Amino acid sequence: MKNIGLAIFVMLLLAGCENNKNLKNSINESQISQSDIENFQNLVGDTVLFTVDQSGLRPDAISILNAQVNWLKEKKFLPITVEGHADEQGTREYNLALGARRATAVREFLLTRGIEKDRISIVTYGKERPLRVCSNEECWSKNRRAVTVVGQKIVE
Amino acid sequence: MVKQFFNRFIKLSSFISIIVVVKFTFVIAQNNEAPKLDMTVNRGVIKPISLAIPSFIKESGANSIISRELAKVISNNLDSTGLFRSIPQAAYVSTPLSFNTPVQFSDWSIINADVLVLGAVGLKPDGRLEVKFRLWDIAQQKEIGKGKKYFTNSESWRRISHKISDTIYTRVTGEGAYFDSRVVFVSETGPKDNRTKRLAVMDQDGANFKLLKHPPSLVIAPRFAPSSNKIIFTGYETGRPRVYLMDLSSEAITALPELEGMSFAPRFSMDGTKIVLSITQNGNTDIFINSLDTGIKKRLTTNSAIDTAPSFSPDGNSIVFESDRGGGQQLYIISTKGGEAKRISFGKGRYATPVWSPRGDLIAFTKIKEGKFHIGVMRVDGTKERLLTTSFLDEGPAWAPNGRVLMFFRETPGKAGAPSIYSIDISGRNLRKIKTSSFASDPNWSRILN
Repeated sequence: MKNIGLAIFVMLLLAGCENNKNLKNSINESQISQSDIENFQNLVGDTVLFTVDQSGLRPDAISILNAQVNWLKEKKFLPITVEGHADEQGTREYNLALGARRATAVREFLLTRGIEKDRISIVTYGKERPLRVCSNEECWSKNRRAVTVVGQKIVE
Repeated sequence: MVKQFFNRFIKLSSFISIIVVVKFTFVIAQNNEAPKLDMTVNRGVIKPISLAIPSFIKESGANSIISRELAKVISNNLDSTGLFRSIPQAAYVSTPLSFNTPVQFSDWSIINADVLVLGAVGLKPDGRLEVKFRLWDIAQQKEIGKGKKYFTNSESWRRISHKISDTIYTRVTGEGAYFDSRVVFVSETGPKDNRTKRLAVMDQDGANFKLLKHPPSLVIAPRFAPSSNKIIFTGYETGRPRVYLMDLSSEAITALPELEGMSFAPRFSMDGTKIVLSITQNGNTDIFINSLDTGIKKRLTTNSAIDTAPSFSPDGNSIVFESDRGGGQQLYIISTKGGEAKRISFGKGRYATPVWSPRGDLIAFTKIKEGKFHIGVMRVDGTKERLLTTSFLDEGPAWAPNGRVLMFFRETPGKAGAPSIYSIDISGRNLRKIKTSSFASDPNWSRILN
């Protein structure tokens, strides 16, 4: 079972990295099953949303992050990467910095709730990876997000 | 000799048409005062200078395609400025048959040509092209400047066209050259939620498009080194944004050393010895300068705000950057020695991506106001702000080598939204889309090539 889980994870990792052979070397591989990932995404919630140009955690974000904390405490040693994103309404460089602020806000929250520092890495994508593609508030509100990706950590 | 012509022409243009001015200015343009930027350039309607460029005369074995294309690239370049308009060759009443035959001025004045470009191309026994040209003022029946001659291998004929274009543009307008230059940018393909971004270079007119080799991970905002043989860019090869150098001849990539955290928004100093960039540590983004020769990294800002998008002044003594330390994004200037940053933008809205003109007189920027994006310019002290464009998303101005023209990218909204590169004169006139074979963003203009 363990080996199958690992194999699935590595496959997911490779698929996620889109042929980037260098990226896999820089990420700690860890054991997690497909169903664990789906549970985390669908039942716990891997994404928190932000207000325009803000990186403060809203009440809806905090309740999702509390659920993430509980789940992460059960999966001891499982590394995570928090991705910070912005909507398309800002300039590229500013949005990279804003995404970093958002990812950092989530990391700080997880740290204060007792998740170990060396399990968490952060990355900003700015406006480079929109989830939704319409150009109005309905999509923008979904793109201003921080996503907790479980099972991988970028080596710093 | 005629450099002052253009400035006078601009000053007079609100009142008199160009034709009249051309007739007088070549006479009065005898003084040698240095050309200077006249900010009234955006006012009034300018009638373009009427230009005749016959196909280059074929000498000793040159082929007729090159003789036609040399003239075509030059007329495209000059027409693209909005300051010239080529007369269609079909309207010519005569065809020059020899480079040295005296010009029949009446043949060109009858079709209202102000300026005639007479060129010839020949093939030397060693395989090189010999290209020469002379520039004539039809009204005055005089040559403008001296004729020039170039030798090149036959693959480089486009560059000769650009060099001749630069000479004509400079002699007639008094402004610096910019046609013999390249643009590095990001070529984008695929749907909006799954874009593939590749570094690419092209000539300033969109010709000679070439994708650069690099890992398939995300790349952002390439910028030329002053020597134009290197670029610096932000890449995600390690999974996080990090600054890389690429040598353009070998396409070899090296990571900039000594960067902890996430690094992005790099630009070279004008002498090529330093790089200014943003580094994010613990969620806070500040400005740093990396010396390429010594490897020493110097922190310029320590503010808890977002400090990013830095750009060197031409003299290397100052950095302009954007910061939200005052609440919203505004522009600031700080000495490269450090110290207090001085705010220069005070208008309503958010100011971003400042870029110092190579002439040192202006700063171009992106402005976001009431849901619209603009490209604008202001003086270095923040005065005389002028917005040149407006759209759903205009971003990332880049200066032409002569500081007269900007490129930027414009992104259309919605699911099918995608970026294209545009250019605009700093007068606010002559908005043009640069033709590219893919979506294109993040343009950066080289200096004039050597």
